[in-house]
Amino acid sequence: MTKPTLAQPTPVLGSRILAVGGSRGSELVPNDDIVGPINSSDEWIQQRTGIRTRARAATGVTIKDLAVDAANDALDKAGLTGSDLDAVLVSTVTHFEQTPSLATIVTDAIGATPAPAYDVSAACAGYCYGIAQADALVRAGTAENVLVIGVEKMSDFIDPTDRTISFLLGDGAGAAVVGRSDTPGIGPTVWGSDGSQSSVIYQTHSWLDYRREELGEPVPETPETAEEVSQMTTPTLRQLGPTVFKWVISSMPNIARRAVDAAGLQLEDIDVFIPHQANMRITDQLLKLIKFREDIVVGRDIADTGNTSAASIPLATERLLREGQAKGGDIALQIGFGAGLAYAAQVVVLP
Amino acid sequence: MAHSEEDILAGLAEIVNDETGLPADAVQKDKSFTDDLDIDSLSMMTIVTLAEEKFEVRIPDEEVKNLNTVGDAVSFIAQAQA
Ligand SMILES: CC(C)(COP(=O)(O)OP(=O)(O)OC[C@H]1O[C@@H](n2cnc3c(N)ncnc32)[C@H](O)[C@@H]1OP(=O)(O)O)[C@@H](O)C(=O)NCCC(=O)NCCS
Repeated sequence: MTKPTLAQPTPVLGSRILAVGGSRGSELVPNDDIVGPINSSDEWIQQRTGIRTRARAATGVTIKDLAVDAANDALDKAGLTGSDLDAVLVSTVTHFEQTPSLATIVTDAIGATPAPAYDVSAACAGYCYGIAQADALVRAGTAENVLVIGVEKMSDFIDPTDRTISFLLGDGAGAAVVGRSDTPGIGPTVWGSDGSQSSVIYQTHSWLDYRREELGEPVPETPETAEEVSQMTTPTLRQLGPTVFKWVISSMPNIARRAVDAAGLQLEDIDVFIPHQANMRITDQLLKLIKFREDIVVGRDIADTGNTSAASIPLATERLLREGQAKGGDIALQIGFGAGLAYAAQVVVLP
Repeated sequence: MAHSEEDILAGLAEIVNDETGLPADAVQKDKSFTDDLDIDSLSMMTIVTLAEEKFEVRIPDEEVKNLNTVGDAVSFIAQAQA
């Protein structure tokens, strides 16, 4: 007797982003409000990073609230409801529960239960990782509509006395609905990681070490992080800023070009450049090195919103579309990079 | 192909000019990147990255803080390519 053949869903030709929504923390915290504990200044921060304010969530607003707001905004714009979704992916590094995932909780809150839901951990590359997965799920025929959310409430994680990264960071969520398309609206993703550089952007100590500390057990310290540990007893974030800067400008231009190439396009075809909003100086340097068309439109949401990690690309996209700087049908290159070090880039057609 | 110290100086001057707008002839061996040329650490990282590509050498991040003057960078690159 021959073994039966398994059935498979029918693949579809293309996927595209149907809509992008966003929700920023409602408090725009100016540089002057945070410079005290880090002996910095408004002038220094603006000159080094281009940041004037960072969005932070008001008291009582949770990471779930931000994610749900962005999701509903995206669903409204797509003319869909939660029940139309076949999968929900949430990229985040600031959901402070090992389990259940934030994705399951958000899925229920937006009326998408029983859609499969899971979190993605790829830091500042997280949104582009999510789009890569959504594109694959849709094209494989596994799902018809997939919601991708990048959300961070960095204010729950940062250390006000830290000079390396905390002052850059903001709170927000961006969401995209990915659905079927007759023509491809999402190009192949060029992505990767390099765990040998995992201590370039890092958590000061693990939650397990923290728990051992609370229980009075000796905590192993790694030499490179020991001196960085602040007065904060809970784990928090640190980075080697100049090292990250150099990694980005030396390796991301090539990843960006490969993503354009993989989509079968030329650099001149790109209308909009939406890099992860890490630092305005990084954005400017990438622009200079990649050499786009003169009239390229560039996402610069960081000036007001700060660096919102996984949320920064969809938030910058949402703003460009809302303010009319970019329009539906424009061809955009988006690229995320950060802790891991992990990165991902893809060309997308804007909704 | 190894570059001479003069080549390296001229190449660095070009990179500095492109990054900061300073005239290339302001980039002399005795000039300090920070004090004389007013180059901040992010611009310095850019210059280092472009110099690595141009001269096909590796300049480790830990080394960058030792490159105080243009002359320090020229010697480091000259030795690194040897
Ligand atoms: C974090 C970052 C702004 C620091 O700027 P930098 O110019 O590289 O800072 P450095 O660590 O080289 O320090 C340079 C000087 O600034 C000072 N400095 C560092 N952080 C400072 C701060 N927050 N405020 C004021 N001064 C600061 C240092 O003390 C040093 O002073 P000195 O020259 O008198 O010794 C920058 O490295 C950066 O943004 N890198 C990109 C990384 C990134 O965006 N990551 C996001 C995650 S993807």
